[in-house]
Amino acid sequence: MLKIENLKCSINESPVLKGLNLNVKPGEVHAIMGPNGSGKSTLASVITGNDNYDVDDGDINFNNQSILDISPEERAQMGIFMSFQYPVEIPGVSVSNFIKTAVAEQRKFRKEEPISSSELLKSMKDNLELLKMDSSFLSRSMNEGFSGGEKKRNEIFQLAMLKPKLAILDETDSGLDIDALKIVASGVNSLRSAENSFIIITHYQRLLDYISPDYVHILSDGKIINSGDARLALKLEKEGYNGVTK
Amino acid sequence: MAANNDKQIIDELTNKKYPYGFVSNLDSDTISKGLSDETVRIISRKKNEPKWMLEKRLDALKLVRNMTPPKWANVKFKEIDLQEIIYYSAPKKKTSIASLDDADPELIKTFNKLGISLEEQKRLAGVAVDVVIDSVSVSTSFKDKLAELGIIFCSMSEAIQKHPNLVKKYLGTVVPAKDNYFAALNSAVFSDGSFCFIPKGVRCPMELSTYFRINEAGTGQFERTLIVAEPGSYVSYLEGCTAPQRDENQLHAAIVELVALDSSEIKYSTVQNWYPGDKNGLGGVYNFVTKRGIAHSKAKISWTQVETGSSITWKYPSCILKGDDSIGEFFSIAVTNNFQQADTGTKMIHMGERTKSTIISKGISAGKSNSSYRGLVKINRRAKNSRNFSQCDSLLMGNLCGAHTFPYIDVKNSSSVVEHEATTSKIGEDQLFYCNQRGLGNDAAIAIIVNGYCKDILQKLPMEFAVEAKKLLELTLEDSVG
Repeated sequence: MLKIENLKCSINESPVLKGLNLNVKPGEVHAIMGPNGSGKSTLASVITGNDNYDVDDGDINFNNQSILDISPEERAQMGIFMSFQYPVEIPGVSVSNFIKTAVAEQRKFRKEEPISSSELLKSMKDNLELLKMDSSFLSRSMNEGFSGGEKKRNEIFQLAMLKPKLAILDETDSGLDIDALKIVASGVNSLRSAENSFIIITHYQRLLDYISPDYVHILSDGKIINSGDARLALKLEKEGYNGVTK
Repeated sequence: MAANNDKQIIDELTNKKYPYGFVSNLDSDTISKGLSDETVRIISRKKNEPKWMLEKRLDALKLVRNMTPPKWANVKFKEIDLQEIIYYSAPKKKTSIASLDDADPELIKTFNKLGISLEEQKRLAGVAVDVVIDSVSVSTSFKDKLAELGIIFCSMSEAIQKHPNLVKKYLGTVVPAKDNYFAALNSAVFSDGSFCFIPKGVRCPMELSTYFRINEAGTGQFERTLIVAEPGSYVSYLEGCTAPQRDENQLHAAIVELVALDSSEIKYSTVQNWYPGDKNGLGGVYNFVTKRGIAHSKAKISWTQVETGSSITWKYPSCILKGDDSIGEFFSIAVTNNFQQADTGTKMIHMGERTKSTIISKGISAGKSNSSYRGLVKINRRAKNSRNFSQCDSLLMGNLCGAHTFPYIDVKNSSSVVEHEATTSKIGEDQLFYCNQRGLGNDAAIAIIVNGYCKDILQKLPMEFAVEAKKLLELTLEDSVG
């Protein structure tokens, strides 16, 4: 599904990713862990097409197609989703209106029939329930005055509504208390299927207690220095980054 | 005006060719350009006006000669040569086109883009006659129904003929000819407009609306609107404006006067979409308008405006809160793109005790445009325990546009409260990227962000107008992020 080859990229001419390789197949869950500044969030930004970063070398293929020249909105429409580490506020735009617009734009791109309002509302209600959110949430302004936990749940809510092929969770666990973490994790687990994949970017083993990854990668100084299964994350938790350096 | 523009205007007139396809053979109803006593007499004669009206006009013309255009606004333009303007142009009766197939396809395309219904399109394209084109107007189809309630809603020309006493009593009492240069000009040459009278205690059961359209090349539009609400009455009035695309600048200098007598309420909404000029700043309408209302005891006047068009907008819908406990409101969205300039705001003059005013202004600038909010809140000595709340927000897109706020506050007693809040924000790259990441392209992203930003004002508009206004905002800002 996603194949990253020898990816090198920089921000303001200072290199961040220095030759990164990653291969994510349908149905897989990959966790990417690493210390601050190792390039984790940069990776998420580059996959989704944020033009603050320059790609200097290498390629990103999504469903056997290079996406480097494709706009961020088209990448989204093709099925790449990111749960933002810092979701932005859009004053005056209700959660329901925002999601309605996003769903409509994506369906239009995929040449699907527009979804009826009642169908959409039902799907919103189901997903709110999944994430144990109140329906009053729908009429609130996007992320305006939301607590940290509410913002993250709003991201996962959008994930549930948009049903992407590849979801990248960028430090979704940061700022979440343990109850919220469990809710978010069970939401993600119920969205897992044989067709769609997840990349989970995190500092801590904590989230992986609830979402069990197929692969764990350790990112350090712009490169993946170690890969393994879920046990690698446990080892990291015990021994620190020094313990997992090959 | 440049020589080639003159030639163009003359060519169009002499060749009897009208490139926008609404009407043809217009020359016989168009008087020659230039401003003089004779021009005013011709207009008055064409309208078959009584002598008092002609005298009012001639007095105003004397004022025009002794006044100069205001220079204080934060807009730049070449001086307007009043002798280059055609002051009266009327489509001949029955020159309305037979069907929409004959209408300018560009216009129909725009209507479709705006989502205006077929009926509305017919109206706007001149199939029906519910619209002020250039200088003449024929008013609404619901006249009979309104008449049963004693409501008068007709063109200003008709009002001068049929209700001379009412017109005489109120016309020019809120905006006198001497008020400013453009008001004097309008008072001398105004050709039509709407008149509306709501009798005591009557609640007008429907929204009254007028569409104004500048059609003929080289013409100025000078319409005059007067609304009188008798004690305890209520009316909501809507005004829409469009103009075809032309290379020269056209002048629109209107006056709107509102008289809200004791305990009455007038709600006045405008969606202004005059032609804004092209991407290089060529052409467009100069929208220099004086709008003012006077609120008597316990009366309420509410102005709501969505200004998306015109190359220059200069207007300050104002309230004179004369009576005790009267209320004035001003809700505005002004959008500028490319080379558009807008200097708009309001004046709230508190004279009565316990008077209240609210100002909410949202400016949106894109391209190389400039948008200014200019507002005056004046609380007189006698206006004890009065209150004002002002909020002026500006939203910028890109680095080449400007937003300015000029609030003037003048409070002459110590028991009143004035609050002013102002914010300036930019549509952030992070907001755009967030929307992009959810599958929204830049235009869709801007549309949703701007609509969110303007939400509290759009909500003040009557339903069908709000839909149109939203679409207009989107059209105006299309392609504003590269």
